[in-house]
Amino acid sequence: MSDIPAELKYAATHEWAKLEEDGTVTVGISDHAQSALGDVVYIEAPEIGLTVGAQEEAGVVESVKAASDIYAPVGGTICAVNDALTDAPETVNQDPYGDGWFFKLTPTDAADLDDLLDAEAYAEVCADEE
Amino acid sequence: MADKTPLFDAHVAAGGKMVDFAGWMMPVNYGSQIEEHTAVRSDAGMFDVSHMTIVDIDGPDAEDFLRKVIANDVTTLAEYQALYGAALNAHGGILDDLIVYRLPKGFRVVVNASTREKMLDWFDAQAMTNMRIEHKPQIMLAVQGPEAINKLLAATDLPELSIKPFFAAAHGDWLIGRTGYTGEDGVEVMLPVEQGLALWQSLLAAGVKPAGLGARDTLRLEAGLNLYGQDMSEATSPYVSNIGWTVAWEPADRGFIGRHALQDVRLAPTHKLTGIILGDKGVLRHDQSVVTDAGPGVVTSGTYSPTMQRSIGLVRVPAQAGDDCSVDIRGSLKKARLVKPPFVRKGKILAN
Repeated sequence: MSDIPAELKYAATHEWAKLEEDGTVTVGISDHAQSALGDVVYIEAPEIGLTVGAQEEAGVVESVKAASDIYAPVGGTICAVNDALTDAPETVNQDPYGDGWFFKLTPTDAADLDDLLDAEAYAEVCADEE
Repeated sequence: MADKTPLFDAHVAAGGKMVDFAGWMMPVNYGSQIEEHTAVRSDAGMFDVSHMTIVDIDGPDAEDFLRKVIANDVTTLAEYQALYGAALNAHGGILDDLIVYRLPKGFRVVVNASTREKMLDWFDAQAMTNMRIEHKPQIMLAVQGPEAINKLLAATDLPELSIKPFFAAAHGDWLIGRTGYTGEDGVEVMLPVEQGLALWQSLLAAGVKPAGLGARDTLRLEAGLNLYGQDMSEATSPYVSNIGWTVAWEPADRGFIGRHALQDVRLAPTHKLTGIILGDKGVLRHDQSVVTDAGPGVVTSGTYSPTMQRSIGLVRVPAQAGDDCSVDIRGSLKKARLVKPPFVRKGKILAN
């Protein structure tokens, strides 16, 4: 059973989103996703300043096994990317909800987070895949 | 419903993440593919390869049959010697790659899992009068790595193993070949199911790390070894698949299937299969387009090399292509360089 923190929101495509106090949204991939991907070896981060809609591509994560698109859980403008992953992509496997975050965005409308899955609903998505 | 090897429960017990591969539920990894890869390069790992197809062929016509269906020549094989080769169709395309051992009575051929039905049918169709073909389901364990043989000896009551590379030895019901698919020293052991289950447990206890299909792929790619169905197929001849060396043209009167079709091709192949190292960050993958000074090519296998910590692959490009090239990764051209495989052998990086 994978780790699904109750305080985060989730997309069915396995990204997590966290509304920070400064109003930005931090995005990463779930424990379930990193486990399914296996050893992560490369992250293609989105450009800072890029505006994306909800469910639009915002980067790629590559494991030894496969490449997988990362989608923006909510629409907004990318305001930070996790440069530390360039040299230590394995952080995504080790700490998917912490130091393994991918990017931050300024949401077009923070209320869009309400449309995402809560931990319980996301756990069902994961269970259906197993 | 996918097949299971007799070791299925052992894989699950070891934490194996099971996936469908060519109709078989096989472990892709047991946690970390990179750790499994590193274990094989620096110590010892084991792979369940029982999904591969073991075929015993004997009888007075067995040798002539194999001289017909394999482009390499079994005639010169000493007893217990192994030979790598390809079975070709009449057009010179590769039906499969295989290993054949000469045994005291007849031969043992090991073909791929993904080609089982096709090859058993093909052998039946080409069979000669006085011979017998028997598909022999057994456990096959590949124990690979610099410490593989020491740990195998520690795990069993085998006496000293003094098998030369590409030879085999029989011990009771076991056939132990000093062969593999990793670029490291090691053996492949074929044995009856009950004994194979016990051997897996003994090897585990001796500290041999279970390794999955994921590590098997990165290891074979670093070793520059082809994967059937990916780097070569019925649409490609040995001469555009980097295994032209396995086609035996002498003696001139050996009429192996595919000989006629390859007669001219071999002198001037249009393409070559060779290695590639990605200069930029990113990961090479099967089917990405390659741009060379002599025309387009394609990545046949690509991965991240845990040993080299960069992306490597095999590509099929025009025969005249120069070394500097680029690869289209999601619409952007990334710099890469062609190199002669292997990339890594016996723990050492050979290509840079």
